[in-house]
Amino acid sequence: MANLKPPLPRALRPKPKGPSEDNGKAKPGRKEKLAQKGISTIDWIDERTALSGGARWVMFRKIPRGTNWFYTLGSASLFAFLSQAVTGVILAMYYDPSATRAYESVRYLTNEVFLGEFVRGMHKWGSTVMVILVFLHMGRTFFYGAYKYPRELNWVIGVVLLILTLFMSFTGYLLPFDQRSFWATTVGVAINGTGPLVGPYLNDFLRAGPEFGVTTLARFYALHMLVLPGAMAAMIGAHLYLVARLGTTAPPWLKADIPADSRKDGT
Amino acid sequence: MNTREKEAYLREYSILKSQGKPFFPYSIAKDAIMACVVMASIILMSLTLGAELGPKVDPTTTTYTPRPEWYFFFLFEVLRVVKPPSLTPLAAIGVPTICMILLFLLPFYDRSPERRPERRPIAMAAAFFTIAAMAFLTYEGANAGSPNQIDMEAPEAVVAQGAANLRTWESGKQVVAQSGCLACHKIGHNGGTLGPDLTAIGGRLARQAIARTLVNPTAPMPAYTELDEKKRDDLVEFLAQLKGGEH
Ligand code: HEC
Ligand code: HEM
Repeated sequence: MANLKPPLPRALRPKPKGPSEDNGKAKPGRKEKLAQKGISTIDWIDERTALSGGARWVMFRKIPRGTNWFYTLGSASLFAFLSQAVTGVILAMYYDPSATRAYESVRYLTNEVFLGEFVRGMHKWGSTVMVILVFLHMGRTFFYGAYKYPRELNWVIGVVLLILTLFMSFTGYLLPFDQRSFWATTVGVAINGTGPLVGPYLNDFLRAGPEFGVTTLARFYALHMLVLPGAMAAMIGAHLYLVARLGTTAPPWLKADIPADSRKDGT
Repeated sequence: MNTREKEAYLREYSILKSQGKPFFPYSIAKDAIMACVVMASIILMSLTLGAELGPKVDPTTTTYTPRPEWYFFFLFEVLRVVKPPSLTPLAAIGVPTICMILLFLLPFYDRSPERRPERRPIAMAAAFFTIAAMAFLTYEGANAGSPNQIDMEAPEAVVAQGAANLRTWESGKQVVAQSGCLACHKIGHNGGTLGPDLTAIGGRLARQAIARTLVNPTAPMPAYTELDEKKRDDLVEFLAQLKGGEH
């Protein structure tokens, strides 16, 4: 409560006692001072945001016994997503989403820019790695029965993430605007168009018109750069919130050996 | 799962959880190691496999074979295998849509409380079937020639005429393959059946007649007036040499 009083001007403030002074020791060392600074900064932020409760809730929640390496596949997917975000931002600095200049900008990036091909390669192969990881992660949750009560909703969100991931790959494939990407996308969009009910509309939406034209690239660019990543980030947020709230499953073959002290939490 | 089973699960889970270790630092450490492995793989792939850029896009020619990312191969393969055009939409969109809906609703129709894989035979059988089917289709899709490929060796008559003629023949074959003729015509073992079979066209039509067909075709065949001279000549030469028989 003392914190709520209006603060004194700095000069008038009494020197706060460091923890080491309480022990009757000599002046605090440089390290301790630094630690003290860090703590007070965190306190400052926490006083205004009350974040530490949530952070503690996430970081120090218990993970059931028996979790193994397969449980890292989800966070590996997340990491691949972040890697795509970072390399994607770098690519965006050079990319020009107009039908006449897109190819040239990618060629320039690949051949002229320092480490350009490397970053493009990371983004390209990162997408493959991410798709594989997401599928493996889905397999893990399937084989462990992790989609069952109470985690049904997280499975549904997961399927949305899978579809978004595949759509990211589909829209990104057009962007280099070489023959390969153009024709694969033309065929892909045409496949979409044969779909039931919404097919033709989806088709027109993707192409930005009845023909594969100049605006198609801009549309794919906007989807790939803004809409889909935004949706994915939001969905990943919800996904992780539910993971933290519900806890990750224990391996299905693990049985709890009921200890004597379990009675006190209501069993 | 009924209420009793739900409560039993939550009770069991809370005990397992209370016996576990905190997320920080134990799980985080594993996740961090995994992140390093992921990063290393991506960097290694980028360094060894690079990022090639194909030729610049050219929408006016249909002379390019569409190839998707490899993880869409299975979809293309479904498309390739299903021949009748009336079934194509069903295969390309219908089947994936149904699979997606089944995937979405999984927790709602598989409601048994059992989680151990060995006690969920139906779920496991379905999963292995799905994985096997996707692996098979991906493999087939990766190995299948493109829908525009012509698997045909040069006939002996052409080989006998010397290297220059053989080059023309191969080049003509390429033009035919890339120009989308196979969408309607069958040549050897490849191609569709909308238009006449061209496997033995050389025995049926003279060079000029073939060339005329290209410029002034009967509907629904499109006119191929935009092909340049050399390509058209090679194409006509190739078709004129197709006498059938030996394939
Ligand atoms: C949209 C489908 C379609 C495409 C694509 C197409 N054709 Fe045809 N083609 C036809 C049809 C249908 C006929 C038969 C027309 C008729 O009834 O006379 C035909 C006729 C022909 C004939 C005359 C055959 C005969 O027995 O009289 C030749 C030669 C021919 N096409 C060559 C080609 C070549 C070479 C290409 C590729 C550059 C091509 N076609 C692309 C549909 C097509
Ligand atoms: C961008 C894609 C995804 C990311 C970043 C992601 C991230 C995560 C993370 C970090 C976890 C924590 C536990 C673990 O790592 O195993 C998790 C759990 C889970 N995920 Fe995902 N996930 C993604 C896609 C999916 C997909 C495609 C599905 C299934 C269709 C799915 C279903 C689940 C389920 C059911 C859990 C709970 C697992 C448990 O409690 O044991 N996720 N996810």
